[in-house]
Amino acid sequence: MRLEPVANPSLWRTTMPPAIAIGSTVVIASLLAMAAGANPFSVLGLILKGAFGSKFALLETLNRATPLIFTGLAVAVAFRARLWNIGAEAQLYAGALMTVVLGTGMLQWGALALLPALALASMLAGALVLLVPALLKVRFGVDEVVTTLLFNFIFLLFISMLLEGPLKDPMGMGWPKSERLVAEARLPRIVEGLRLHWGFALALIAAVVVWVIERRTTLGYEMRAVGLNREAAGFAGIPVNRVLIKTALLSGGLAALAGFSEVAGLKGNLTLDLSPGYGYTGIIVAMLALLNPLAVVAAALFVAGIFVGADSMSRAVEVPSYLADIMLATALLLMVLAILLTRFRVVRE
Amino acid sequence: MDIFEILLSASFWTAAIRIASPLIFATLGELICERAGVLNLGIEGIMVAGAFAGWMAVYSGTGLWMGVAVAMVVGMLFGLIHSLLTVPFGLSQHVVGLGVTLLATSLTYYAYRLALPEVTSPPKIDAFQPFEIPLLSDIPLIGPALFAQTPLTYLAFILVGVVALVLYRTPLGLALRAAGENPAAVAAQGLSVTGIRMGAVIVGSGLMAVGGAFLTMSAFDSFFFEMVNGRGWICIALVVFGAWKPGKALLGAILFAAFDALQIRVQQTPLGADIPYQVFLMMPYFLSILALIVMSRRAEVPAALMVPFNKGER
Amino acid sequence: MAGDGAAQVVLRLDSITKRFGKLVANDAVSLSLREGEVIALLGENGAGKTTLLNILFGQYTADEGNVEVFGQALPPGNPRAALDAGVGMVHQHFTLADNMTVLENVILGTQPLLSPRLDRGAARTKLEKLAQDFGLQVHPDAKVGSLTVGERQRVEILKALYRDARILILDEPTAVLTPQETEDLFATLRKAIKLGLSVVFISHKLHEVMAISDRVLILRHGRLVAERPIAEVDKETLASLMVGADVSAPKVAPGRPGDVLMRLDAVTTPARGNAPGLADVSLALHAGQIVGLAGVSGNGQGALADLIGGLIAPAEGRMELDSARLDTWSPRAAVQSGIARIPEDRHKTGTIAEFDLTENAILETYAQPPYSRSGLMNWGRAEAFTREIIETYDVRCPGPGTRIRLLSGGNMQKLILGRVLEAGPRIILANQPVRGLDIGAVNYVHGQLLAARDRGAAVLLISEDLDEIMALSDVIHVISEGRLSPGFARGSVTPAELGVWMAGQGFEKEAAHAS
Repeated sequence: MRLEPVANPSLWRTTMPPAIAIGSTVVIASLLAMAAGANPFSVLGLILKGAFGSKFALLETLNRATPLIFTGLAVAVAFRARLWNIGAEAQLYAGALMTVVLGTGMLQWGALALLPALALASMLAGALVLLVPALLKVRFGVDEVVTTLLFNFIFLLFISMLLEGPLKDPMGMGWPKSERLVAEARLPRIVEGLRLHWGFALALIAAVVVWVIERRTTLGYEMRAVGLNREAAGFAGIPVNRVLIKTALLSGGLAALAGFSEVAGLKGNLTLDLSPGYGYTGIIVAMLALLNPLAVVAAALFVAGIFVGADSMSRAVEVPSYLADIMLATALLLMVLAILLTRFRVVRE
Repeated sequence: MDIFEILLSASFWTAAIRIASPLIFATLGELICERAGVLNLGIEGIMVAGAFAGWMAVYSGTGLWMGVAVAMVVGMLFGLIHSLLTVPFGLSQHVVGLGVTLLATSLTYYAYRLALPEVTSPPKIDAFQPFEIPLLSDIPLIGPALFAQTPLTYLAFILVGVVALVLYRTPLGLALRAAGENPAAVAAQGLSVTGIRMGAVIVGSGLMAVGGAFLTMSAFDSFFFEMVNGRGWICIALVVFGAWKPGKALLGAILFAAFDALQIRVQQTPLGADIPYQVFLMMPYFLSILALIVMSRRAEVPAALMVPFNKGER
Repeated sequence: MAGDGAAQVVLRLDSITKRFGKLVANDAVSLSLREGEVIALLGENGAGKTTLLNILFGQYTADEGNVEVFGQALPPGNPRAALDAGVGMVHQHFTLADNMTVLENVILGTQPLLSPRLDRGAARTKLEKLAQDFGLQVHPDAKVGSLTVGERQRVEILKALYRDARILILDEPTAVLTPQETEDLFATLRKAIKLGLSVVFISHKLHEVMAISDRVLILRHGRLVAERPIAEVDKETLASLMVGADVSAPKVAPGRPGDVLMRLDAVTTPARGNAPGLADVSLALHAGQIVGLAGVSGNGQGALADLIGGLIAPAEGRMELDSARLDTWSPRAAVQSGIARIPEDRHKTGTIAEFDLTENAILETYAQPPYSRSGLMNWGRAEAFTREIIETYDVRCPGPGTRIRLLSGGNMQKLILGRVLEAGPRIILANQPVRGLDIGAVNYVHGQLLAARDRGAAVLLISEDLDEIMALSDVIHVISEGRLSPGFARGSVTPAELGVWMAGQGFEKEAAHAS
């Protein structure tokens, strides 16, 4: 077989493959639910209801989507420049770490000064964490996929060390967790009485800002050029390495905001289970959004919905909530294939 | 015990070889894939799947070797998915690899929960036991280290030779290396690049799964979540460190494992008591990154690694 | 040999048709090849030669028609079958694995894949005998990556011979050879004919077609438009058959050289992989003059182009712009100094395929006003500039928002011309500016270069096509293994003399003179 580009794809060709990908994901999830002895329709119904069926469910989904928007943006920005940042998890924890280091009493400021300071400091920390693999890449040609992956493990151990050492909450009854943030360091709720904090609004703003950066700024143009054709970009005079470093700083900063927002908006302290893999899930979010910053918001809501829905479903029937991860992995693999098939036709030779 | 004493103790080297074994399987698997031109980031998840599948098979009553075979077949199935998407369709090997890791991991955890819904701690199996090779195991120091291991460890060492032999001494190995170097050369000689690359990824993934199975069937006797714990990513670094050659990769795996065994032992010395244990646990990852930096300048990367081949396209 | 009706037909193509979407690449093409015969397939780029070969070799399947080898129908879409039937192909882009040895490359795929042992001994004996018989000397254990282009071609031919090919198909084999190497190749082919092989020779170089073939077939727009015994045609007839109209070489008035705009003084640059760097090169580019750089590809042209284009700096020696020494040098500095750069590969380095025309048009100038101010892009101005280029340079496209990968090579090149010429450059670096273009686009590009020269620009034209160099250049230098020959004024040198330099032979004499 051979792939042949389609010059002017029809509406049918651009819409059918993604639709089939989503459909197949649902079918596979149903089969797995049946393997668990459950009725697939009720399982899918429960997931939907658990994600979007009530005000409580919807708010839970929005809360869960918040860190995913940040990590999704972080990955989208990096992948756009073909910088393979698989280390959003480490950068997220770097942001969370900075938030608790400065926000548990070190800075005695009012909320209006403290919150922006914490956000900026978090971004700086996340940026620095990705700067190391980025420098190794441009200086020594070390593949950033492996280094960012390994950094995730290193950084989590580092956090664990701090939580059992200098950052340990003396009142924590031996659990490895940090002290709680001071009141001024907590992100308030957007509407009083609704369990949704300003981190979500910040995530939406970040998505718009990233979109503006990509489409309207010189840096965004450079990032896209470097990502699409590094050789041509370098020939034209675009400082490729500098652009990659700037991209890394932006990407790491965005991922760190997820950590800031989780700690300051939701948890109030730092523990080792702050993130159930938001950094890795950000890759799925970014890919499903085709790296478009605005679409990242929609993709994050979809992914968060599946997680929240699957959690609530697995409490009701005997189907493990890992079904959500399977659905996302399947959707990811089928979607990249589907996108390819919207642009190429398969020719049998 | 100081470091010198540790290095001279047989138990240290025995542990090092044991720790190296799963890495050898998985590194060889990754090496085969990359030599044919495909980066397989599914390795981490495939190891998880292999660890579970082999162990589960034995727990359900099959023999140990049957368990190894089951793990291998499961790994090959994920290899099939990976290679279908990356070879004929030429999709991003990064994205597909991470997707396969996620798929394999989540399917494994799902299957585990389905198979053992009630348990709080996972059941144990009768794992592979060390088999002392007569005479050879009596050699001081290296005897127990090399010749009193489980059969799976022996298999790992034998496989290094087999893979090297196949790569450099058979027509198939020649074709495989050429596919990673210049797929057009393979196609021009009437061979199928798609077939060779898919075959390499499928077989390589099978070996990765056996590497995972080593953890549940030889190193330990039970399956835990997070038990692979980044070993797959370390194997990718080991392939680079080994300059895509089986012998050097073996050396890298043993060096790495020796270091790992050393840090475990130093933790128990007075020196280790003053340093947080996390520092020691970080060391293997730092070592991998260091290896990548050192090797980055001179490594002979297969020229067509991560370059999809589309027939008739120029 | 030609016209010997008794000879057996070894290869027959019967009304082959191949379509790619709406494009008809081959339109009912038929041909037959007799034993011991050399036929030439002549045609412009895009005439369908390579497609036809790929069908014959089983890499494409034809939509209609069939292929017969030695009277047996060849199953479509199966390279293996073509090889087994005795068809050997020497591809235009070598299909060799660089980090493997000559022997390994030759025996790749010749032994059953699942056989337990690679038999090197017998293979080596056979290879050495073939090399002897056909005069194709190469060391079997040399890494292919360390061979010269000419030697690699020998390996390609040996690959075919090793598989007992009876029919050799050579796709543009001389494009990468010096005139002398071409002679060697022809000698090998003549030996092959004596031993009963038959040859299909693809080229667009007329004198070579005249020199080696018995019969010539001409393809135009996918259709076979003429078939002639070589004895009955001359070069002019072939040329007009090839393009479908009378072609006359453009009359070029000599340039009027002005001041030196750029000067290289004893510049040396490091080697790059298999290609040499520059070795002690001195060169002056005068305003109002075209300097042609002839040479076989991979002899340092890349290093010189990168040097002038700002991608590398001299390791030793001086580089001057307007008599001032250059200390910092980068692509952006080159663009800002008024150097127009037409890159060798417009797909890989000249443009970004997924960018639209506007984004490609400002690729070199995006960071300056009016396109960018304090970090923000002004897309309106960029689009206006692109429309101007489309208008002035006659870029055929749906609009500035079209992705550039959808444009033809000629239109892509016109956009690049517009991008670099609109600013009124003082120095033009044209690296293979017409490669792969049809005659119309070639004439357009050449016209633009001449016009720029007459406006007072200094032009450096790098090309592997000696005819192009001789037609346009006011001064010709030859580059060989990174060394630069003295300059030859227009009309003072013959192709044969340049060929001696291209083969690296003039330099020794020059050195002997000097010592």
